[in-house]
Amino acid sequence: MTLYQFLFYVFASSAVISAIRVVTVKNPVHAALFLVLTFFTTSLTWILMEAEFLGIVLLLVYVGAVMVLFLFVVMMLDINLAPLREGFVRNLPVGVFVALVMVIELGLIVGSHAFGLANYPAPTAAAAGTSNTLALGSVLYTEYVYPFEIAAFILLVSIVSAIALAHRKREGVLYQNIDQQVKVNRDDRIRMVKMVSSTPVVSETGDGKSNSSGEKRRD
Amino acid sequence: MISLSQFLVFGAILFSISVAGIFLNRKNVLVLLMAIELMLLAVNVNFIAFSHFLGNINGQVFVFFVLTVAAAEAAIGLAILVTLFRNRRTINVEDLTEMKG
Repeated sequence: MTLYQFLFYVFASSAVISAIRVVTVKNPVHAALFLVLTFFTTSLTWILMEAEFLGIVLLLVYVGAVMVLFLFVVMMLDINLAPLREGFVRNLPVGVFVALVMVIELGLIVGSHAFGLANYPAPTAAAAGTSNTLALGSVLYTEYVYPFEIAAFILLVSIVSAIALAHRKREGVLYQNIDQQVKVNRDDRIRMVKMVSSTPVVSETGDGKSNSSGEKRRD
Repeated sequence: MISLSQFLVFGAILFSISVAGIFLNRKNVLVLLMAIELMLLAVNVNFIAFSHFLGNINGQVFVFFVLTVAAAEAAIGLAILVTLFRNRRTINVEDLTEMKG
């Protein structure tokens, strides 16, 4: 058994075991943590398949962001677990039966007679210095640039919708009304007052004031 | 060496586990969302295995897009879940019968 095979079996078996724990464990926090382990070990198998960029992206985006979001939500909701576990034992035979049938059927299709090493020989390892990121980027930004922009738009829509769904208006909080601030015009803020600028009365009072203040200073 | 079929069987097992998880945790929306994430992961394993063995980078580009959509789906799903819990104080699927005809 080579090191490659040993690593694959270790990663695959730990991913499968932790995936089973995700769906059977009682506490949703533990389920989220086992899902983190599943993602982690699966990303290691991706790196074994020379998909290094996506393996790291799975770690950063999924383990780093999405699963932390899951954990935040799980811990924020005060869930009564007892009613959610009802029917687990009742559905267990059906679920296990369906899963086993699916595994056997899929195994018949993708088994070694069809996709074995005889039909699909293992590709030679990439030469040292080959950049998976470079290969992916050179396709992504040329051939797939339009889907790439659509993906960016999907992310934007999801940001907007997540904020719109989860945001709530609170009473009694002072905040800026940006609309009114933007559409304000000059006449709302400034009142022009017509004043007579140069009449002898004004200049006289001005002189008198300065004189009186001067006298006071002398006193 | 590890053959393509072994990677595909690995993906198939992950997918079946998540299908079983949807059967088992039918009442808990949170675990249902996690099972869906697991399903998408299993599909991505197949994409990357074929990409590696056929020497075609396009499979990895599709994994990139699947990851994008899965992240968007998780964000919106959790936002809906938070709104649901705020209004109904429950995430039990059986209690959400307002749309029942």
